[in-house]
Amino acid sequence: MATREAFLAKVRAAQPQARQRPEVPLFASIGGDLRARFTTALGDMGGSCLQVAAAAEVLPLIRERFGVDASICSATPEVLGTRDLTADTPPASLQDVDVGVVRARFGVAETGSVWFSEQEYVVNALGYIVQHLVVLLDPAQLVDGLQDVYRRPDFQHARYAALVTGPSATADIEGVLIRGAQGVRSLSVVWLAPA
Amino acid sequence: MSGRIDHAKAAGAFIAKTEHVAFHDKRLWDLRQKRDAQAHNIPEWETLRELASGIKEHTLSHLSGYLEQFAAAAEANGVTVHWAASAEEHNELVYQLMSERGMTTLVKSKSMLTDECAMRDYLEPRGITVMETDLGERIQQLDHQDPSHMVVPAVHKLRGDVAQLFGRTIGTDPANSDIHYLAESQRMNTRPYFVRDKTAGMTGCNFAVAETGTVVVCTNEGNADLSANVPPLHIASIGIEKLIPKVADLGVFIRMLSRSALGSPITQYTSHFRAPRPGTEMHFILVDHGRSERLAMQDFWYSLKCIRCGACMNTCPVYRRSGGLSYGGTYSGPIGAIINPTFDLKRYSALPFASTLNGSCTNVCPVKINIHEQIYKWREVISERHEVPFVKQEVLKMAGRLLASPTLYRATVASMGGALRRLPNFVLYNPLNIWGRQRELPEAPKLTFHAWYRKNRGGGNGNT
Repeated sequence: MATREAFLAKVRAAQPQARQRPEVPLFASIGGDLRARFTTALGDMGGSCLQVAAAAEVLPLIRERFGVDASICSATPEVLGTRDLTADTPPASLQDVDVGVVRARFGVAETGSVWFSEQEYVVNALGYIVQHLVVLLDPAQLVDGLQDVYRRPDFQHARYAALVTGPSATADIEGVLIRGAQGVRSLSVVWLAPA
Repeated sequence: MSGRIDHAKAAGAFIAKTEHVAFHDKRLWDLRQKRDAQAHNIPEWETLRELASGIKEHTLSHLSGYLEQFAAAAEANGVTVHWAASAEEHNELVYQLMSERGMTTLVKSKSMLTDECAMRDYLEPRGITVMETDLGERIQQLDHQDPSHMVVPAVHKLRGDVAQLFGRTIGTDPANSDIHYLAESQRMNTRPYFVRDKTAGMTGCNFAVAETGTVVVCTNEGNADLSANVPPLHIASIGIEKLIPKVADLGVFIRMLSRSALGSPITQYTSHFRAPRPGTEMHFILVDHGRSERLAMQDFWYSLKCIRCGACMNTCPVYRRSGGLSYGGTYSGPIGAIINPTFDLKRYSALPFASTLNGSCTNVCPVKINIHEQIYKWREVISERHEVPFVKQEVLKMAGRLLASPTLYRATVASMGGALRRLPNFVLYNPLNIWGRQRELPEAPKLTFHAWYRKNRGGGNGNT
């Protein structure tokens, strides 16, 4: 195997003349109604938004959409699922879960994305291995655009961080859009401020 | 590597499939138009391209320093960092990591780098089952083909082809070409591999952030997140040109990647891997495999800025009508025409000629690689090194003699005009003239320009 020193020496010898690093400015924000922008953007990516008045309404809503027998695994104490979830839960054991529930730290109006780390997911695989994902999002936690997202400190500390925008999708055969490629088949955002 | 890739001949095989060509052309042009709609919606789009280009050029000109910073940060995060000078070293490392842990299955998301390294061909004879979990890449794996496009690997196939292939390989009904059925069948066939015992997960890398030691992976399927978050071992294969300095720089690149690729504002999943999950392992393999040689090429190092969006392919009239497989290498389209010759000039010497030099590739490139200028420069290198095929050389020699002599030129133009009217098919469609295939003849003017000028503007001196 190449030693790190030999590897780096070869790269160093090949480098072209030094170029200046450009300053990345903060561009003007679009602003406006962030929630409306988020809803439109998420809709374009195949997700949907719902409104509830209280956390107690989330479980009935899930049962109504996914059936009374749906197995539910929740990463947030605001919703009680049918399956326990702790940091020690083996990821593979979630493969037969129908619905995952998780609270996003924030959302992005530009793209309709929600942000999770291992702190939100408890077990990261929850966001992908279950069939449907229900995401709680506080409308007060919306940021304007991706340029703002990547100026937040959250990425410095999270072991794992994901911007999730709608459900899993593929258009690899003739460009026909399929929801639910390998990951979740649907993603619903429920507007709900934490209690 | 052996043999010269004959792009024109391979493209001919694709062009013969008229339904495929028509669909391919339309589908990719549709992606180009979606890209335009996204770009036009962002007032700072052109500034973003400038910035992305500037950040990449800065990083590449300080690459060894950024690699050290990236590796140090990753190690501090609990990641093991490996250095692979070649494809062989990369493949050996993957095999070693797996065999030391008694692992027999590798479940992975799409990576152009592992295709470039021919990793599956190395691992499978050694008893490792490799499962490509991206639908398009899986189709190509089952068909034993290279990806024909960087973003949509099986775009050259129609639903009937996939139905036949899946019928042959994963036991679906070969007569059922319903796309929902095909995609669902692949999902059901693939998902059990994520939860198998003795399984490792692998991803590629879209961006490697030096500041934090983070690997960023963009997918629409969520298959990278499954590959990395279910098995107890995550290996990320990283081409060294993927480095960027800071997390804030992602605010430039992530805004442009999927908009340029598919015309969507972002991929469904943009995932940032910084440290292993507790109780699991994360390994990063930094791969050179010809990249430092390319970095030292004065005219050609700019191709290392590429973020693999495929926009240059979608816009290229030659690519859209010849199909990715005709380029005979991991990378196809305009970017393939400038990357592949850096690996093997002789083998890929036809690729820089698979271009109209219209410059559209350069205009859509989010990191402003001067692709069409590089294509032209490769032609110069190839002719200097006598790598131009014999027929093309002879035709160019004749053209050179003709254009160098006004008398000879005028005599030929006058007789060609007559010939165009009388014997067009022989002149244009003789086997020496590849250009004449698939093209109609123009109307020949009654007079040459020179004769017209002499008649209408007088003077009478044929040599003015």
